[in-house]
Amino acid sequence: MKTKNKKADLILKNEVPWLYSKNVKEHFFHPKNFMKPGEEKKFKFNAYGEAGSTVCGDLMKFWLWIDPKTEKIKKAKWRTFGCGSAIASTSVLSIIITEKGGLSIRKAALIKPQDIIKRLGGLPNIKIHCSVLGDEALKEAIENYYHNKK
Amino acid sequence: MKRIYLDHAATTPVRPEVKKIMDAFQNGYFGNPSAIYFEGRQAKAALDSARELIAKILGAETKEIIFTNGGTESINLALFGVSRQYKKLFKKPRLITSRIEHPAVLEAMRELAKEGFEIIYLPVDKFGLVRIKELKKSLNNQTVLVSVMYANNEIGTIQPITKIAKAIENFKNKQTLNPKSQILKFPLFHTDACQAAGSLEIQPQKLGVDLMSLNASKIYGPKASGLLYAKKGIELKPIIFGGGQENKLRSGTENVAGWIGLAKALELSQKEKIAEAKRLRTLRDYFIKNLLKIPKTFLNGHLQNRLANNINLTVLNIEGEALILQLDKYGISASTGSACHSKILQPSHVLMAIGLKPETIHGSLRLTLGHSTTKKEVDYALRIINKVVKKLRQISAVDIKNNENKK
Repeated sequence: MKTKNKKADLILKNEVPWLYSKNVKEHFFHPKNFMKPGEEKKFKFNAYGEAGSTVCGDLMKFWLWIDPKTEKIKKAKWRTFGCGSAIASTSVLSIIITEKGGLSIRKAALIKPQDIIKRLGGLPNIKIHCSVLGDEALKEAIENYYHNKK
Repeated sequence: MKRIYLDHAATTPVRPEVKKIMDAFQNGYFGNPSAIYFEGRQAKAALDSARELIAKILGAETKEIIFTNGGTESINLALFGVSRQYKKLFKKPRLITSRIEHPAVLEAMRELAKEGFEIIYLPVDKFGLVRIKELKKSLNNQTVLVSVMYANNEIGTIQPITKIAKAIENFKNKQTLNPKSQILKFPLFHTDACQAAGSLEIQPQKLGVDLMSLNASKIYGPKASGLLYAKKGIELKPIIFGGGQENKLRSGTENVAGWIGLAKALELSQKEKIAEAKRLRTLRDYFIKNLLKIPKTFLNGHLQNRLANNINLTVLNIEGEALILQLDKYGISASTGSACHSKILQPSHVLMAIGLKPETIHGSLRLTLGHSTTKKEVDYALRIINKVVKKLRQISAVDIKNNENKK
């Protein structure tokens, strides 16, 4: 990242930085694809997974519609109990797995926390372990899909 | 955007009267009070007047006031200063404190444990009150110091300081003088009064405390300015060494402007405390009444023995940091005890001590009112809180019922 070579201001007057990256801010304030109340009754899904616990302060749930022919994730819905970065990381993951016609579940199962963090434009180290659990919830959901298929 | 600041327990803005007097001093007065020429004497005179004013407010003697760099330093000086000074008088020196103290006390205690002190952490009841019965049980002839905060920064619970002092006094009266100490009876009693100075009685003699920590940044004074009151006769081992300022107890060139600011802030806050506390209490109760209309919420702390400006609410099924960031977007500044909000990712030790489960602590919201707070602000905040709670609950993956929230 290029830093502008401007005079150092000891007192910030206008631009006070936000707590996390621009992308975290966007997804936190405008979360995409979350399961609205009552929507779970209407939403058609064939995979469900969750990760985390309320004791630790983060719990994530994923509902997926996987196309049985192509095994690509066509639709994803989620709910998250957690801090700003937890909400943003689940939201961004729902985009990653459904964009461009949907990710194959084989590829989706390989998603690592680092992939999510990269897409978020970085997270403070201390936040990584607790707020990026989406990949685990996703793996659970994919297992659940195979289980349901049997 | 207009900001609505509801985090006065974290810190307060400097009030105009304090700023004025500090500016007047800083515009031209720069001398080192230790110097004997004009500029030095000028600064020394200002420092002396600040100390005299504070002594008068506290009903204390000037030599009982030690200026510091703030609440944390005052507390450290009290705890380390007393413990290290008198350790040699005891075989198994003991220190007693409570589980809901500020980290300045708890972390200092952890260090003192490494130096060989036995530390007793008194439990509190579900409202955050120290159990005097437990204190009485913990007092023994090896107890050097008891440190219990006056009012809690998170839940606002006000401790019965005079009753605690009385219990300690009664214990002391039954003790014989330690043969190695010709003057003092132990334990000494310290209170962290940083949250109390804005609305409560703070004369150490009336409270019955031997040591008391105060700071300016919670009472509309400057940051990095505080004091320790230490009753005459108590000797402290310094924790900062150097040029011997503050009666050799706190070396370093004096922060004269900051301490003048502290004196002014303390004078005004004590003068206004009854009227301001009354105003804030009315606003606070109105705020609480309406907050509790939000489903699945409950109030933490004591209903009556509570700082006039403190609200600590649990909002089930959402996480505090997310709530704070949402409120911030709408111009509201507040705080939470959620683990995700803290640097160490631990839920609030205060809310744990009053018996809340971690999953309900994550949803805690602290709102602390102050000079700038008006009914209009409270109404706006209520509207926004309702809105963002609804929003976050829609996204939330959990649904804890209200009756599952306590241990």
